[in-house]
Amino acid sequence: MADLKVTVYTPESSLRNPRRMLRDMFGDLLAGRELAWQLALRDIKAQYRQTALGLLWAFILPLANTAAWLLIQHTGVVTIRDTGIPYPVFVFTGAMLWAIFMDAVNAPLQQTVAAKPMLAKINFPREALVLSGIYQTLFNAAIKLAVLIPALWLMGVTPGVGLAFLPVTVLSLVLAGTAFGLLLTPVGMLYTDIGKGLPLLMQFFMFLTPVVFPMPSAGWAATLFQYNPLTPLIVTARETLTGFTPHFLGDYLSVNVGMLALLAVVWVVYRAAMPILIERMSA
Amino acid sequence: MTDTMIKVEGVSKKFCRNLKRSLWYGMSDLAGELVGRRHGGDGGLRRDEFWAIKDVSFEVKRGEALGLIGHNGAGKTTLLRLLNGLIKPDAGRVEVRGRVGALIALGAGFNPILSGRENIYINASVLGLSKREIDSKLDAIIDFSEIEDFIDAPVQSYSSGMHVRLGFSIAIHLSPDVMLVDEALAVGDARFQKKCFDRIQKLQGQGTAFIVVSHNPYQIESLCQKVGVMHKGCMPPVCDGKQALNLYHDLVQQSLPPLGRSKTDYREGTGVLRFESLRVVDANGQEPNVVNTSDTICIVADINAEQRLSGLRFRFEICSANNAIVIMATANGVSESQIFEGKRSVSFTMSPCQLTSGWYYINAVASDGKVRLDTWQRALEFRVTQRDGPGRNLSTDQGVFVCNGHWDFMSCI
Repeated sequence: MADLKVTVYTPESSLRNPRRMLRDMFGDLLAGRELAWQLALRDIKAQYRQTALGLLWAFILPLANTAAWLLIQHTGVVTIRDTGIPYPVFVFTGAMLWAIFMDAVNAPLQQTVAAKPMLAKINFPREALVLSGIYQTLFNAAIKLAVLIPALWLMGVTPGVGLAFLPVTVLSLVLAGTAFGLLLTPVGMLYTDIGKGLPLLMQFFMFLTPVVFPMPSAGWAATLFQYNPLTPLIVTARETLTGFTPHFLGDYLSVNVGMLALLAVVWVVYRAAMPILIERMSA
Repeated sequence: MTDTMIKVEGVSKKFCRNLKRSLWYGMSDLAGELVGRRHGGDGGLRRDEFWAIKDVSFEVKRGEALGLIGHNGAGKTTLLRLLNGLIKPDAGRVEVRGRVGALIALGAGFNPILSGRENIYINASVLGLSKREIDSKLDAIIDFSEIEDFIDAPVQSYSSGMHVRLGFSIAIHLSPDVMLVDEALAVGDARFQKKCFDRIQKLQGQGTAFIVVSHNPYQIESLCQKVGVMHKGCMPPVCDGKQALNLYHDLVQQSLPPLGRSKTDYREGTGVLRFESLRVVDANGQEPNVVNTSDTICIVADINAEQRLSGLRFRFEICSANNAIVIMATANGVSESQIFEGKRSVSFTMSPCQLTSGWYYINAVASDGKVRLDTWQRALEFRVTQRDGPGRNLSTDQGVFVCNGHWDFMSCI
């Protein structure tokens, strides 16, 4: 009986004891793996059981986005510079990759808000929610890619050996999206402004990233594109899909390191925030 | 090695009444936490805050059950949430040993679209069971919930009783070292409740420590060795069941408004004769705040008859809080032959009053045998208490009357 785990709750900030905090963080991450899997299964099953279109929903939005931009380009409302590859390929890959990133951004807040009643009453590893969101994003990403790759092949694009690195580039997008989404989650739990403002913000971000049109070559816009950490992620992912050698490999690597660091920090914030947020929710 | 499973030392928790401000405090608490400040600040209250729990201490040992009773909003549920680690204390220290289970949000996390079986896996993993453990307990869970026939139907087709039964069944199969129970024993029908009750006692026998929140003092008395009475966030030292329940009854009575006229009185009748006032007085003619079971009381009504009336009938109905007429005191014989005119008074004496503790109200009715002259409903509310003393037994304190009968014990011939 002496081996029972003793849990102590005090008003002390958990950051006061970093060693214990780290141990708890990884302990909970391990303990939450199975729960995360169960939650992801639950959400995926429930999500597709109650739809007629089913898996179509995983890529219907980027598909519509692609169609809209093709129309805009075709009618000549907006002139788009040469993209190096056929424009439909450019915009389709961009829209799909961006949709994967968006899924990852939305997941932490969505998962945590949806789990409010559970959070307020049951003590379970909170990491499971984030992990479950990642699983679901990856599942939906797999569907998107399963549509995208044959479509590219039909359009005459041969990815080549670069395709082997596609999973890595997709994981980078999910990593960046999760880090960013998790950053907003604690405040988003208190103020719904975050949830409401996020689509707007992301729309703006999309136009600063070479998703539907290529990078400008000069001017302040070009500088913005260059400093946008999402640029190397999207560009590199597209290059692995379309058989180009990566242009921004150095930037791509440093963005990944930066995103990992950000994720570690926001994970700490998320953990520390949970009891405080739950206190402000109804029981 | 110690036997203490839960140790709570001087724990306090404050809440905020104002939503906007509460959110803002949440933000500043979060910022404070991240720079390593203590939660709860210097121990003072900010604007619109109040102590939901103030300086509560107790211990629960292996196999023990602590009952928590108190009014709504006394802080019982908040205390459970602190013990479960859902929220941080603003002061003090909570120590819990072993796996903590909770019979609280029964069926939280159920997805309505998925089947009962699928939801067992999800709910049980939320509660901390691994897939292997669930596999081995699945049959027992389904069996206990008694919904084998519906286990593969989507949960949204379940009745609310089935929903809660499934939730209870999962939670109870967790075999935790510490179990928190919040008003969860009112599940399903009487037979299922009995089953839950037995199960809890079995777990208790196996060494699980319980904390049980309930509004039902009798449930607490039968399940718990120790009871804490919570009142406005405070809890006097934990005591044994009887003592605590006495304390609780006193609290219930203190919190009631003083004796007086109800606001919802209702009049009906021709009005030729009217009740002008009604009061309850004791043997000395004084109006008491509280009536005691053993007191002599007298219900006195002042009446005013506008003309000469005879053949009058008077009736006082004493009703309990649940609107049942407990005593119907009718004056026929004498008053019928009397002639009434102008101001008079009518009284009815109960010696002793014999009512058990609780709320009562009085309806006064006057008629002339043919028509209602005046009906005054809820003319007066009054409260009865039973003084502590030999023979007083709270668990049998449920009747309406204390009867002055006597027992005989004889051997059979």
